[in-house]
Amino acid sequence: MQPYTLNYLQQLEAESIYILREVMAQFEKPALLFSGGKDSITLAYLAKKAFSPAKIPFPFVHIDTGHNFEEALAYRDLLAKEFGITLIVRKVEDTIKKRNLKEATGKFPSRNWLQTFTLLDTIEEFQFDACIGGARRDEEKARAKERVFSVRNDFGQWDPKLQRPELWNIYNGKIHKGENVRVFPISNWTELDVWSYLKAENIPLPSIYFAHEREVIHHQGQLLAVSPFITIDAGDIVEKKIIRYRTVGDMTCTAAVESNATTLDEVVNEIKLTRISERGETRIDDRVTEAAMEDRKKNGYF
Amino acid sequence: MDILRFITAGSVDDGKSTLIGRLLYDSKSILTDQLEAIEKSSKTRGNGEIDLALLTDGLRAEREQGITIDVAYKYFATAKRKFIIADAPGHIQYTRNMITGASNVSLTIILIDARTGLVEQTKRHSIIASLLGIKHVLVAINKIDLVGYNEQVYHSIVSAYQQMADQLGIQSINYIPISALNGDNFIQSSPNTPWYQGKALLPFLEEVEIDDTINLTNGRFQVQYIIRPQTAELPDYRGYAGKIISGIYKKGQQVNILPSGASTTIRKIELAGEEVESAFAPQSVTLLLDTDIDISRGDSIIPADETPQISNEITVLLCWLDEKPLQPFNKYILQHNNKRVLASIKEILYKLDVNSLTEEPTATIQLNDVVKVKIKTAERLVFDSYKQLQGTGAAILIDETSNNTVAAIMIQ
Repeated sequence: MQPYTLNYLQQLEAESIYILREVMAQFEKPALLFSGGKDSITLAYLAKKAFSPAKIPFPFVHIDTGHNFEEALAYRDLLAKEFGITLIVRKVEDTIKKRNLKEATGKFPSRNWLQTFTLLDTIEEFQFDACIGGARRDEEKARAKERVFSVRNDFGQWDPKLQRPELWNIYNGKIHKGENVRVFPISNWTELDVWSYLKAENIPLPSIYFAHEREVIHHQGQLLAVSPFITIDAGDIVEKKIIRYRTVGDMTCTAAVESNATTLDEVVNEIKLTRISERGETRIDDRVTEAAMEDRKKNGYF
Repeated sequence: MDILRFITAGSVDDGKSTLIGRLLYDSKSILTDQLEAIEKSSKTRGNGEIDLALLTDGLRAEREQGITIDVAYKYFATAKRKFIIADAPGHIQYTRNMITGASNVSLTIILIDARTGLVEQTKRHSIIASLLGIKHVLVAINKIDLVGYNEQVYHSIVSAYQQMADQLGIQSINYIPISALNGDNFIQSSPNTPWYQGKALLPFLEEVEIDDTINLTNGRFQVQYIIRPQTAELPDYRGYAGKIISGIYKKGQQVNILPSGASTTIRKIELAGEEVESAFAPQSVTLLLDTDIDISRGDSIIPADETPQISNEITVLLCWLDEKPLQPFNKYILQHNNKRVLASIKEILYKLDVNSLTEEPTATIQLNDVVKVKIKTAERLVFDSYKQLQGTGAAILIDETSNNTVAAIMIQ
């Protein structure tokens, strides 16, 4: 490599660190939304670099649906301890009781929609003015449209037809009281970039990202882990398979991939060869309608 | 491997979204489930063939109306390069979204419909490309199949565009005849245009030289955030975090803090927590200085032998981006990288007519207007002309009451 040039991962890292620092400089009470998935783990490590040698200056917030993989929760607690950050956990379960919300029913009862209520309540409770998230534009076509600094109104809603111009790398985070901004520092990273970065930086991940044996059922071409949160019907065939997860969300709506990859090198090679998108392969909640994500975002979803 | 960021611009129905869809499709970047999804919705919409534009029109309203409202970002890679595409709207009312997409790219693809030739939006988008100082313009003359792959049609559009580009002072221009629908001249040269000797689109994008967009000569750094751990181990640590806008910074280098003018030396440079001897644009770093000086966010740390301009009066080209016209007596917030100051428009010099490219007097500034004005700021700015150094020549105006970004500013 020539002197004084950055490779593409270094370019992406520099941009993300710039955005994270800009959040700290422009807002009073930012928070980082942490799920224990690879994108929020990447964010955590970027934040560590951005503010070194000081500790990460904002809390991590986990909106806990109660449908988590245990491994992701254990990783979350360990990382919070190791980084010395405040971890705020708010449970969708509590919001359901408090607000008397109706839970989704069916075979795979997702709390994806309900977690928006918990998120908005948490923002209100702590008066967060900026929430940093690990969404990427390559994930989904509505996300592909969103600004890095995405202004939300008093109700947490995104108005895709009236986004602020976002010029050069000058970020305008000025808001009125009650509004908040969702900030996406890894907007320009692709799934492969995230995996390549985790590999290059040798960042540890929850074990479910690597091949392991698990009981699963087949559902419309996808493999869902057997868990207390889904209904196993008489017709379902429970099988033991060697699988890994490509993305980590709720156990009710995240599908596994058959794989023998046990190291980051092997996972990166598999991602390079895959012909199916991340969300297409692993999420069962986006399949509902063409505008599922846009509709959720308009209602305050991440 | 590096990253090429480019934008596609042009008028409505010139085929921008189809061009991107085609690029993704032909470079095998569309994954099977995404393809199935658009096949399915192409069918429900009854347009028979796969509508590649459905890949980028991510909003419900866009799909309903068949137009692009806001920028969509798409990502793909070949063995040679990674690409970030900004698919920008063509409609005049969404010009501000086009500017959003255009402000971060090093190449613009301007699409022209071979049947209609240059239209007002072609000119407007070319003006924006030239104002924003985008280094490379690639004119893609699309729908060449619909004019029977006629060489004369191609040449007459080339000469009409070249004439306008000369007036605008656009430097690096290339032309390619294409059919986004059929893929002519996308991956390889098309047998339908034997008269065209240049590269096909994808090879061109893979090979165009973009290293020249980073300036490593003139050191520029603005303080973005001050890191102060205030712990028992690091009681006095004071690190000035920020992005190196241009140039190279070295340990031991003499620097001035501007606009105040105090001088000091760089004691230490940290990159993501690790000490380094030198750092360069566009790295995000932390500078530690020899002496304790009063430095705040937005102050510049500049090598002692460098002389950026310092003033509270600037002449700028301004693109107005808000529905609400400029209120000449109002104050606005000017944000210049990490510095925010109050500002007001002192004088409107002229408005650029996008059809005749002439300068005309005007008293009002409205949505999509491009004007030259004089601005006075409450504090002195440390800047360069946008032409010389984009990173310190750009700024935005923010409306104090709505908080909206209302103008893009290029300092002259």
